[in-house]
Amino acid sequence: MAPGQPAVPAQGTPQGKHLGPPKNALFYDPRLRSVVVQVLLCAVILFFGWVIFDNVTDNLARNKITSGFGFLSAVAGFDISQTLIDYSISTSTNFRAFWVGLLNTLLIAALGIVLATVIGFVIGIGQLSNNWLIAKLSKGYVGIVRNIPLLLHLLFWYNAVLKALPDFRNSLLLPGGAYLNSRGLILPRATLSGHPELVLVALAVAIAIAIVLYTKAKRQRERSGKSIPVVLPSLFLIVALPLVTALVAVHATWTYPEIGRFNIRGGAEILPEFVALLIAISIYTAAFIAEVVRAGMLSVSKGQTEAAAAAGLRRGQILKLVVIPQASRVIIPPLTNQYLNLTKNSTLAVAIGYPDFVQIFTGTVLTSTGQAIEVVALTLAVYLVISLITSLAMNIYQARTRLVAR
Amino acid sequence: MKRSLNTMTIAATFALAMPALAAPTMAAGLLDQVKARGSVSCGSNGQLPGFGLPDAQGNWTGFDVDYCRAIAAAIFNDPTKVKFVALTAKDRFTALQSGDVDVLIRNTTWSSSRDSQLGLNAAGTNYYDGQGFIVRQSIKVNSALELNDASICVQQGTTTELNLADYFRANKMKLKSVAFAQLDEALKAYDSGRCDAFTADASALYSVRIKFSKPEEHVVLPEIISKEPLSSFVRHGDDQWFDVVKWVLFGMLNAEEYNVNKANLDEQMKSENPDIKRLLGTEGSYGEQLGLTKDWVYRIVKHVGNYGEVFERNLGPSSPLKVTRGLNALWTKGGIQIAPPVR
Ligand SMILES: N[C@@H](CCC(=O)N[C@@H](CS)C(=O)NCC(=O)O)C(=O)O
Repeated sequence: MAPGQPAVPAQGTPQGKHLGPPKNALFYDPRLRSVVVQVLLCAVILFFGWVIFDNVTDNLARNKITSGFGFLSAVAGFDISQTLIDYSISTSTNFRAFWVGLLNTLLIAALGIVLATVIGFVIGIGQLSNNWLIAKLSKGYVGIVRNIPLLLHLLFWYNAVLKALPDFRNSLLLPGGAYLNSRGLILPRATLSGHPELVLVALAVAIAIAIVLYTKAKRQRERSGKSIPVVLPSLFLIVALPLVTALVAVHATWTYPEIGRFNIRGGAEILPEFVALLIAISIYTAAFIAEVVRAGMLSVSKGQTEAAAAAGLRRGQILKLVVIPQASRVIIPPLTNQYLNLTKNSTLAVAIGYPDFVQIFTGTVLTSTGQAIEVVALTLAVYLVISLITSLAMNIYQARTRLVAR
Repeated sequence: MKRSLNTMTIAATFALAMPALAAPTMAAGLLDQVKARGSVSCGSNGQLPGFGLPDAQGNWTGFDVDYCRAIAAAIFNDPTKVKFVALTAKDRFTALQSGDVDVLIRNTTWSSSRDSQLGLNAAGTNYYDGQGFIVRQSIKVNSALELNDASICVQQGTTTELNLADYFRANKMKLKSVAFAQLDEALKAYDSGRCDAFTADASALYSVRIKFSKPEEHVVLPEIISKEPLSSFVRHGDDQWFDVVKWVLFGMLNAEEYNVNKANLDEQMKSENPDIKRLLGTEGSYGEQLGLTKDWVYRIVKHVGNYGEVFERNLGPSSPLKVTRGLNALWTKGGIQIAPPVR
């Protein structure tokens, strides 16, 4: 609440306010009152917080339960099935395990958000399609997917993925030397030599050129009304330039996976737990995003589209220039919610053994150290920070689109 | 959905732990509180046939479950005055620390950190165990040392998970573990071929094997890679309750040692053997000293049975698990189960 603008007028203010100030002017001053109330509220909350904290530390000490964060630097001593950074059973600490888990969560969240958004937009726009079949299929998708609990999606995909694939002795050999079996997808691993960093440079250069092209084209269009196609050429550039650089400047030695006694050895693995979680969470969240998109599109009045059509814009242009900029203002806040849900829902990973943050940190680290309060507090903090950053990013994006649209 | 509830462990543990840990502790001893409340609340395994498992009607059975019933029998002369709380490997210590249960009897290994850092006391070891592996016969493995590079399913939050990593590290083998929060999911993954082996306490392996679709296709490997004294646990700071939980087990062991069982109980009440007289309370006031009644062991044996009877009923050759006594035979019979004397 903005100070000085109380939502409810201070009560007791006589109706004939203009007749002059009431007796207890200070007491009825809405601004002062709101400050006092807020200070009191803060004091009460702080007091309760302090009482809880005091009792917790007291009880922990009385029961001789160890507290503090020293456990973070102790050796973790357990195995993790998917690690994006170096992690060793014998030397890595619980803090390292914290980061391994966090990265696994962020990986699922990031890929899930991209995938769910793509599917969600396609289905959402599909629901409004003039094509009867597409509209019905999209509606059916939303109706079915949204009404099945996520956990069932997850178990379905995990068991479907596992059951459908051959065991490792009968692994499918894919073109290029990769193997597919119920233990996952095992890809040839590349050891790079030469100048792999140049590929990143090339990518950056390509993106920079694309941005320049785009702004030029936009200015041109605003000045002369003539639009030059830039999207396809830029995409081509972004793909082709790094690719060519890679071919010229990087030399890769490939280690091909081979069938060992128990597993396919020596390749880069993609675990079935990861695939199942990613598919389940994307498909599930996409159904909600589709509804958000549909609502957003419907919020743009028909008059707008009709006017745009009358002005001679093509269907694609109407979508891009008239509908989406206006719809996005309605879409983004609920879309942010869906992104937050997706990230938080990814904790269901524990059901299928994907080593996400909760599985590793709030699971194994918690039980092996027994420091429930510290571990749970850190877990809450981690998800809070992830959520705040997601909201912040979306708010910035929304602020920008709003400025552009007006 | 029981599972989805369990996956929300963070929320649950926090919700349970916070208010309880945040509340100032009460003065009366736990034994008195339990007596006043009229039932013991016992943290138990809810998924392990032979140790702890409720049936469809909510009747709990199992070796650990009977230990809880014996505590209730000793206090209330009624083995049904127990409130069982099913706990996963992950939730169990928080549930005990926060006061949600009075005692934890759930195939839980006694280790130094659990005995100290967690603020708990191990009260008595009712089953001496060790960790083993189970594999499909078809993969033709005869020793755990051949499991280099194998995928191994394990339940997280257990000593099992840590021993597994130690064992592979010590033997310079490459480990690919897949850890699950729930026993059932871990077993399903093993059964569907995601893993070559499943590892757990040997006792649990007997127990889960009967859950598989074709138990005869799986073999337990000979290696026992750790020691797992499975014990009852109570919170630090209440010695009287600690004593009760400890001595209920000792009472059952002594009853077996002096051949006091359900069948001959009333006869043994007339025994002139001083050990039996002290045990059954026909001489001395050893039960009262514990805060119980004179006839505490009589009550236990009458309602639940002695240690051997409880073992036989839940785990022995006549049960589906067919576990031999092994280490858990009495010290007089080649095992290591020994109880201090009542005197
Ligand atoms: N004794 C070990 C393992 C105990 C344990 O949880 N064992 C598993 C068997 S693999 C179990 O009973 N799971 C049943 C459940 O979580 O419901 C410990 O204390 O950490």
